Amino acid sequence: MAPVPPADPTPSPLSAPKRPAPKPPWWRDRRIVPWVVQAVVGLLVLLLIAFLLGNLIRNLTAAGLLLSWRWLQQPAGFDISESVIPFNAQLPYWRALAAGLVNTIRAVLVGLVGATLLGTLVGMASFSHNGLLRRLARVYVEVVRNIPLLLQLVFWYFVVFLTLPNGLAAIQLPGVVLAKSGLYIAGFGEGLRWMGPTLVNGVWQAPVRLSVEFGALLTGLIVYSGAFIAEVVRGGIAAVPKGQWEAASSLGLSWFATLRRIVLPQSLRVIVPGLNTQYISLAKNSSLAVAVGYTDLYSVAETTLNQTGRAVEVILVLLAAYLTLDLLISALMNGLNHLVQIRER
Amino acid sequence: MSRAGLLGLALVGALVGCAAGNGDPGSPTMAKIRERGRLVCAVDGAVPGFSTVGPGGAFVGIDADFCRAVAAAVLGDPTKVEFRPVTAGERFVALSSGEVDLLSISSTHTLSRDAPGGNALSFGPVFFYDGQGVMVPAASGIRRLQDLAGKPICVESGTNTELNLADRMRELGITYQPLRFQSGEQAYPAYEQGRCAAITSDSSLLAAKRSGFKEPAAHGLLPELLSKEPSAKVTVQADPAWADAVRWVTHTLVQSEESGLTQANVEARRAAAKKDTSQAEQRRFLGIEGDFGRQLGLPADFTVQVVKAVGNYGELFERHLGSATPLGLERGLNRLWSRGGLHIAPPFR
Repeated sequence: MAPVPPADPTPSPLSAPKRPAPKPPWWRDRRIVPWVVQAVVGLLVLLLIAFLLGNLIRNLTAAGLLLSWRWLQQPAGFDISESVIPFNAQLPYWRALAAGLVNTIRAVLVGLVGATLLGTLVGMASFSHNGLLRRLARVYVEVVRNIPLLLQLVFWYFVVFLTLPNGLAAIQLPGVVLAKSGLYIAGFGEGLRWMGPTLVNGVWQAPVRLSVEFGALLTGLIVYSGAFIAEVVRGGIAAVPKGQWEAASSLGLSWFATLRRIVLPQSLRVIVPGLNTQYISLAKNSSLAVAVGYTDLYSVAETTLNQTGRAVEVILVLLAAYLTLDLLISALMNGLNHLVQIRER
Repeated sequence: MSRAGLLGLALVGALVGCAAGNGDPGSPTMAKIRERGRLVCAVDGAVPGFSTVGPGGAFVGIDADFCRAVAAAVLGDPTKVEFRPVTAGERFVALSSGEVDLLSISSTHTLSRDAPGGNALSFGPVFFYDGQGVMVPAASGIRRLQDLAGKPICVESGTNTELNLADRMRELGITYQPLRFQSGEQAYPAYEQGRCAAITSDSSLLAAKRSGFKEPAAHGLLPELLSKEPSAKVTVQADPAWADAVRWVTHTLVQSEESGLTQANVEARRAAAKKDTSQAEQRRFLGIEGDFGRQLGLPADFTVQVVKAVGNYGELFERHLGSATPLGLERGLNRLWSRGGLHIAPPFR
């Protein structure tokens, strides 16, 4: 076997020079500099957090208000009239906060369903062949999304719901009564007896009762979020190529069938991420319930804060609750997003 | 450093030490007020007689005038007040965060609000003796609390009245529907529109709000009171010197009524007392004898400034709440101790 020839002593013009490349100083080294920069930024962020936390703890200690959670066990002392879970004034603060949270979730859930239905219908209507319907949809969206939600809630509550008649003059239909104090619906009462709404001592009573405060909040949230969702839906439908419409109509499908079977399913992948944002906004906006006397988490927290003086703790509870709620909605919507994406084959 | 410099420092140190002992109490809040040149005073802003925005755009009412009295005492000028309207729910946070210097809002003095382990606030002497009342439409036929069984009752959330209502209804064994509103701006319109069978708050506030109704005569107060509500001016516990200054401004208002000093005559009385050395009590109160103002960290004549700015307690009451006003409140418990009421000022000495 021939011996391996020695390496060519003359370097080819393309290969690296024989002398190893001069090592750049460390402050110009691509492998070191990013790490140093990140370490410095990270350190600064940590320092800032440490400073803020230290500041908080120092000031709270000085004011004699170090974080404590014992107040959660003390009796709340105030009543909540519209609690889904049983509650009375002798129960501890954490039960009051839980009752408030359940009320918030109730408003958010019903609001989500209502706003989605309304938004989808209005979004579809903006592609209708009927010019009046199309224009109505535009007017609704433009009017509603340009007026602050708080103002709309106050409008629904004071101008619409509180002008309903009361007592005997209430709007009475078989099994349903709409009065100034709320909506009363027949259902199975005590002992599983069927009970309609009855007027007892000037106050309507029925197995199912929805207060006007809940009604005003819900109407406000649905109408407001519905306008934004309508825009999201309209954008999603507009994103489906025109050829799909033409192909469907050449097959003889009606307008509605085209929308339902061809266009909407394809537009979902554009709509769902946009919906996510609207749903999260709705959940956060529900805290405006205080303006219309609906006892939600924020309202209970405010009273709790006032009675106990534990401002930092109560705000932490609030932050955690709304963050969890929004992250949950986000996670569910991301799951839905995965389902409606095109499967690449 | 030279020896002379060290000596000078030591001297200054000794002087400062002395000053801390019996001179300027060194209140951080008062230092802040003097530095910015005005008092930041929290008021409700929507209660006729107590604090509302008047026709000229200025705040009027007994609570607003108290802010002016404090500004007159500290800065010598009752106009140097920045009014900050806050809701019942946010008032204590606004105060403990240093957002405002003083709460001049009907705030009932309670143990948990006062205690260091509670809200850690500092309450002045009672400024207004009140009780929680219940207002109902006169035509409703509701004559006592028991008549409210099962009915909706409007209440401001985050207030003492909310707790008193729950307590009393529990004692009576009555179920009711509390309708909790964040502020009076929502609670009273909701009541006026007939959403609630009754609304509850301090009686004086109910009377004040009623004076703004479309038909004030169509609403009446139940004879029953749910609680005693002695309300006071509030500062933070962390600055006791400031709390003392505010406390003695309240005492000044009461003492000046007792001494017969009014907005109109205080200057003349002071001039007279200056000449007449026999008026010992008057001379002390008006800052001619002794150094009581300085002990509080206030000017020597702070009492004169207060009375000149807003008048005495009786004048304040009659101007904003009394029979000549739309509120038409009786003085009742708010009379001086010498006339069968509860207001008494400790001696200025």
